Amino acid sequence: MSKPEFVYVTYIETTPEKLWEALTNSDFTERYWFGMRLRSDWKAGSTFKMVRSDGTVSDAGKIVEVDRPRRLAYTFINLSEKYKDELPALATFVIEPYGKLVKLTLTHEGFAEGSPFYSGISKGWPAILSSLKSLLETGQPLEIPRAALKFEN
Amino acid sequence: MDEVFKALADASRRSLLDRLHARGGQTLNELCEGLAMTRQAVTKHLVILEAAHLVTAYKHGREKLHYLNPVPIHQIGERWIRKFERGKLAALSELKRQLEKRDE
Repeated sequence: MSKPEFVYVTYIETTPEKLWEALTNSDFTERYWFGMRLRSDWKAGSTFKMVRSDGTVSDAGKIVEVDRPRRLAYTFINLSEKYKDELPALATFVIEPYGKLVKLTLTHEGFAEGSPFYSGISKGWPAILSSLKSLLETGQPLEIPRAALKFEN
Repeated sequence: MDEVFKALADASRRSLLDRLHARGGQTLNELCEGLAMTRQAVTKHLVILEAAHLVTAYKHGREKLHYLNPVPIHQIGERWIRKFERGKLAALSELKRQLEKRDE
């Protein structure tokens, strides 16, 4: 078993159910995930897609594990040409209640050596998780323009 | 947020964060390699960094791995750097980079 490339943790003042909803409801994800709608029926083995506001699919993969509202895992890879030789990496969300807070641990693993997708991901997650926390705690996401992170697509 | 600033206000702790930024998922032994700090000092600094959520300890089999957790730093940035300032700041840091490169 190889070790995860990324482990991110954030504590959010919310409930596990609300956090689960925020991670899986596309109306929610659109507000904090760079405008992306996450599409899936959230059953193990089902397809998983990230859909841009113009309806095109940016990333795709498969649902690996669903244990509402504690654990969610799916694979995905960006569909642009420059990642065409890469396999989808596995993202796992673990939700644990701590009194009034919920601890969200995100691990991401299975990137190829020197993967360009890996470097894109390292810029994306902290922004997505901060914005998710802000949305759940204040009702407002953080408005981080994609360009600020120097994404190329 | 006080804990984050306190944790960052120490050069040794910042160098530990730099090492984890360069390579995530290191054991205590790996982190101590090539450092002038004692193992006890590194352990003490890691406790402070973990309390501030800047470092995440992750159990992987029998090993305890350490990861940089940049989420609190991102939140600090977002609190004072509003979206309209981002473009200007990016331009300024690019200018600084270019000017400093010329001196090399």
